[in-house]
Amino acid sequence: MANDLMTTYAVAAGSAVRHLRAARRRRLVLVLAACAVLLVALATLALSLGAASLPPGRALTALLGVGEAKDVFIVHRLRLPRVAAAVVVGACFGLAGALFQSTLRNPLASPDILGIASGASLGAVWALLVAGVTGLAVAGAAFAGALLVAVAIWFFAWRRGLHSIRFVLVGVGFAYLCSSLLAWLLSNAEERVAQSALLWTVGSVSDIRGEELALLAVVAAVLALAVSLLARTQGPLALGDDNARALGVHVDAARVGSLLLAVGLVAIATSFAGPVAFVALVAPAIARRLLSDGGAALLASAGVGAVLVLTADLVGQHAVLGVSAPVGIVTGIVGAPYLLWLLATNERKSRA
Amino acid sequence: MTAAVRVTDATGTSDHPGAARSDTLRAEGVVLGYDGLRVIDGLDLTLPPGKITAIVGPNACGKSTLLRGLARLHPLDGGRVMLGDEDVSRMARRDLARRVGMLPQSSIAPDGVRVAELVARGRYPHQGWFGRHSSDDDAVVLAALESTGVGDLADRPVQELSGGQRQRVWIAMVLAQQTDVVLLDEPTTFLDVRHQLDLLDLLTELNRTRGTTVAMVLHELNLAARYADHLVVMSAGKIVAEGNPNEVLTSEVVLSAFDLRAQVVPDPVSGSPLVVPVGRFHSA
Repeated sequence: MANDLMTTYAVAAGSAVRHLRAARRRRLVLVLAACAVLLVALATLALSLGAASLPPGRALTALLGVGEAKDVFIVHRLRLPRVAAAVVVGACFGLAGALFQSTLRNPLASPDILGIASGASLGAVWALLVAGVTGLAVAGAAFAGALLVAVAIWFFAWRRGLHSIRFVLVGVGFAYLCSSLLAWLLSNAEERVAQSALLWTVGSVSDIRGEELALLAVVAAVLALAVSLLARTQGPLALGDDNARALGVHVDAARVGSLLLAVGLVAIATSFAGPVAFVALVAPAIARRLLSDGGAALLASAGVGAVLVLTADLVGQHAVLGVSAPVGIVTGIVGAPYLLWLLATNERKSRA
Repeated sequence: MTAAVRVTDATGTSDHPGAARSDTLRAEGVVLGYDGLRVIDGLDLTLPPGKITAIVGPNACGKSTLLRGLARLHPLDGGRVMLGDEDVSRMARRDLARRVGMLPQSSIAPDGVRVAELVARGRYPHQGWFGRHSSDDDAVVLAALESTGVGDLADRPVQELSGGQRQRVWIAMVLAQQTDVVLLDEPTTFLDVRHQLDLLDLLTELNRTRGTTVAMVLHELNLAARYADHLVVMSAGKIVAEGNPNEVLTSEVVLSAFDLRAQVVPDPVSGSPLVVPVGRFHSA
């Protein structure tokens, strides 16, 4: 009898349920396609604009390696790496933010606020000022700084399992600690050295090229692949630990895995680009709003993050707002009001 | 007249594909606690298969902890939980989730999630590595929506629903999990009387039509007595009495478990025991 019932339902399942699922998928495809179109348009713009302005057509033919040698050099050597770096860094931050927010079930959880990004800055600045190293070693120190802060947060937040709220609060504490140490290091440093170290406290994608870019892209791709294996657990995890367990998710393993990957993504991105402010916070929020399906919006967050960073870098590089600035400053200027707005609306919601 | 619910023996209700293998969930000497504090110290309990079991008891008696222990949501400090002849703690999580469903207390839906999407998450243990939904999944989700009476709400955001509707949606999610055993931790809390009855009727219907084994923690003694085939009364981490509600729910048991003087009379509607508390004032 129940079997008959099932078949009847299956036949009738040209139903609300299937329609809804199809609609969700259409929406995801639409959002991703929109991101792709925007990225292509922005990239074309970024390849064309600059000291030697190229018409888009010439920039694109140069991209394919044909045309004047000078054009090819400008596009391939100077502009393409920066575009690629902006896209990869943005996608890393977007994806990491989405993982943090869905795993910790807190829309404010992001590497900026948890101190993981400041850990990376601290590591880089320490390497420059105290250890006196340069080049890839600085990136390595930034990576180590981010990981170290994450491990420390973990250590203090773990008590018979990982509790979201404790993780966030401990993270906020570490963010303050790191920025104090950072300010102390910078205030004690020689002015000239401090100037170059200061760059590590704001994000910039202008100097990532060659081997660095390749390393960044490969590590990011490997981490993203690992994320795709864990993505499935995000749905049940968003329902709370008990529900997720009841659905057969190994909650601690899934959460630890998600957070490790998120930390890895932030660490690799910040170790080359520095802490590009607010992207990890804002991109997932935009992506979730665009999809509005109650999901973690991992893929869409990566797309939105890439669009945000590429846009911000274009705006900063070409002084659209009147002054030229590194990408992290631009995202900060846009992101801070958003954070305030988020806090204000959350406040209203919790009071309602 | 008694409230004996006429449920065919679970082995006889095999027209439901899941009910063919009717597993008995059983706690054997379980020890449960929080941070060194023992809440339950060596408790045995068998949930009769194909029946409705209600667990009642005063606050902090360990009834929710016990249910969580049975569902493997809470680690055991001793003893074991058996499903049929398998040790639950040794089962793959996914296999357990296909056979035992659990609705924890006061679940909160994530922002913006729609009814059908939430219910579809109940399919998680049945799906492969990348979690692709099949049309079978759609059919199960739809059936779960229909049988809990929320089919019309499929595309509504869960947060916009009333308390009663929301609780039905959560139950639909557990149903979509298609388990033979369903555990519910205070499913009627925050519902008004009318919706409490609706919900318990719904669970009874599921139990009768599918042979699902239901076990729930309830606060409302009289509803527990009416709807349960098997009533478990707990106090201070121990089972004070268990069995047919008619035999279990006496004024002595209420006094010893709840430290409450009460008269127990037959419920005029169902014939099940009705607990009428005495209190300090208002005696006739």
